[in-house]
Amino acid sequence: MSSNQGKLKPSSSELDLDRPNIEDYLPSGASIQEPHGKLRLSDLLDISPILTEAAGAIVDDSFTRCFKSNSPEPWNWNVYLFPLWCFGVVFRYLILFPARAIVLTIGWIIFLSCFIPVHFLLKGNDALRKKLERVLVELICSFFVASWTGVVKYHGPRPSMRPKQVFVANHTSMIDFIILEQMTAFAVIMQKHPGWVGLLQSTILESVGCIWFNRSEAKDREIVAKKLREHSQGADNNPLLIFPEGTCVNNQYSVMFKKGAFELGCTVCPVAIKYNKIFVDAFWNSRKQSFTMHLLQLMTSWAVVCDVWYLEPQNLRPGETAIEFAERVRDIISVRAGLRKVPWDGYLKYSRPSPKHRERKQQSFAESVLRRLEEK
Amino acid sequence: MGNSSSMLTQYDIEEVQQHCQRLFSQQEIVSLYERFCQLDRNAKGFISADEFLSVPEFAMHPLSQRLLKMVDGLNFKDFVAFLSAFSAKASVQMKIKLIFKVYDSDGNGKVSFNDILEVLRDLSGSFISDNQREQVLTQLLKEAGYSKDSYLTLDDFIKVLGSPGLKMEVEVPVD
Repeated sequence: MSSNQGKLKPSSSELDLDRPNIEDYLPSGASIQEPHGKLRLSDLLDISPILTEAAGAIVDDSFTRCFKSNSPEPWNWNVYLFPLWCFGVVFRYLILFPARAIVLTIGWIIFLSCFIPVHFLLKGNDALRKKLERVLVELICSFFVASWTGVVKYHGPRPSMRPKQVFVANHTSMIDFIILEQMTAFAVIMQKHPGWVGLLQSTILESVGCIWFNRSEAKDREIVAKKLREHSQGADNNPLLIFPEGTCVNNQYSVMFKKGAFELGCTVCPVAIKYNKIFVDAFWNSRKQSFTMHLLQLMTSWAVVCDVWYLEPQNLRPGETAIEFAERVRDIISVRAGLRKVPWDGYLKYSRPSPKHRERKQQSFAESVLRRLEEK
Repeated sequence: MGNSSSMLTQYDIEEVQQHCQRLFSQQEIVSLYERFCQLDRNAKGFISADEFLSVPEFAMHPLSQRLLKMVDGLNFKDFVAFLSAFSAKASVQMKIKLIFKVYDSDGNGKVSFNDILEVLRDLSGSFISDNQREQVLTQLLKEAGYSKDSYLTLDDFIKVLGSPGLKMEVEVPVD
């Protein structure tokens, strides 16, 4: 969920608080075999292990892998498959797409013709208005899902509206929100977007309760944390849905969960979402496509198939820190959705790693040199 | 080499293979091309410094700035040629040559005391004082038969580092 600007500035130290030791996960050759013996010139000049690490990162790295679009393999490569595929393309673009666009338009008409009166005329009767708005938002989301022929299978007990609980899910695209919203009207925390999405955010989503954040502002985190806490304590607020990864990941990996959702003093209900790439890859690669293009791509594919699991609610265990709690829930979701865990902060998409990591490597090198100097 | 298409022809692959002295197999070159296209976001034909730094593992590397000078703006052929020093089939001499180039930042074929100090500074940061670094280096140079004013050439490097156990290999993932 981001605009296409890569604001590459050094990351603030606040981002450091979110993750445990990356070095625990990364294969760092230098720490595996500690060199021994008296220090000689060759040891000092031999930077081969360090260069190997750098070259290894150039050739393949686990962070970039998380954001790689993996489109389904083309199957149109021979004499009879190709015309079949062409026929499929024609059908999808000239028949399915217009039909879906019509369905979506009808949905919007129904929605707006109910929502606008309800919103303005029932200003006095808040409880009834909220209830109706909730139902209407669920309705328009169902229309959206129908417009991509969404085949969504929900597993597990439906979320209930109780105070002091938040829902967390892995994030692949903004349609995650729509898919979950059609079942239950969640309140959501989102990056404020420009364009028509922003317009929708400020009008309709406002009614189910939304919290905005701004990724590029450092102080923003405290304000957002406060808003989250206030919302989760309220009894008749819609349950809060949070995507702790903070960015869209390609549904094969999961990046570090930010601890904000886990230190609200609430029960955390994990939700795992797994898309089946059989017809289309639902990963929204925000560096490659705008959200509009992404939606159009979905609307011209055969179907969007996915599974949603509502998993067992978790509480902070005694003696557990928020980061450990976040990691534990990430584990639960990743196992269920078949995602591989990587130790990276999703925000590294937009900013550089903190100098702390480089310093840690420098420190271990320095210590090794000084130690060996003592040896005779 | 087609910049606009991400398809390599057999001719392209062979040209690249020739350029890197056949140190990579054709499959590895195809994988490297995929990686190159992944890093080169707007298909310019080269990877900019910014795009290299968007790989967090590379960005937090102490020698990233030095390496950037060597890889910034390389087209695919030269990118593969650079990485070929890390192939398992590359000779020890080739690897030492790359290490030498990292030290010899001004490219004059000689590595001075200061050149080595600067690399050491990148590697150890503020965790060793400048004085201590100088001391250690002077002592080690003396023990190896050089002085503080010596200029080390590639041959010196080969003499010092040229043990057959020098390992500097990266595996190119091939699907």
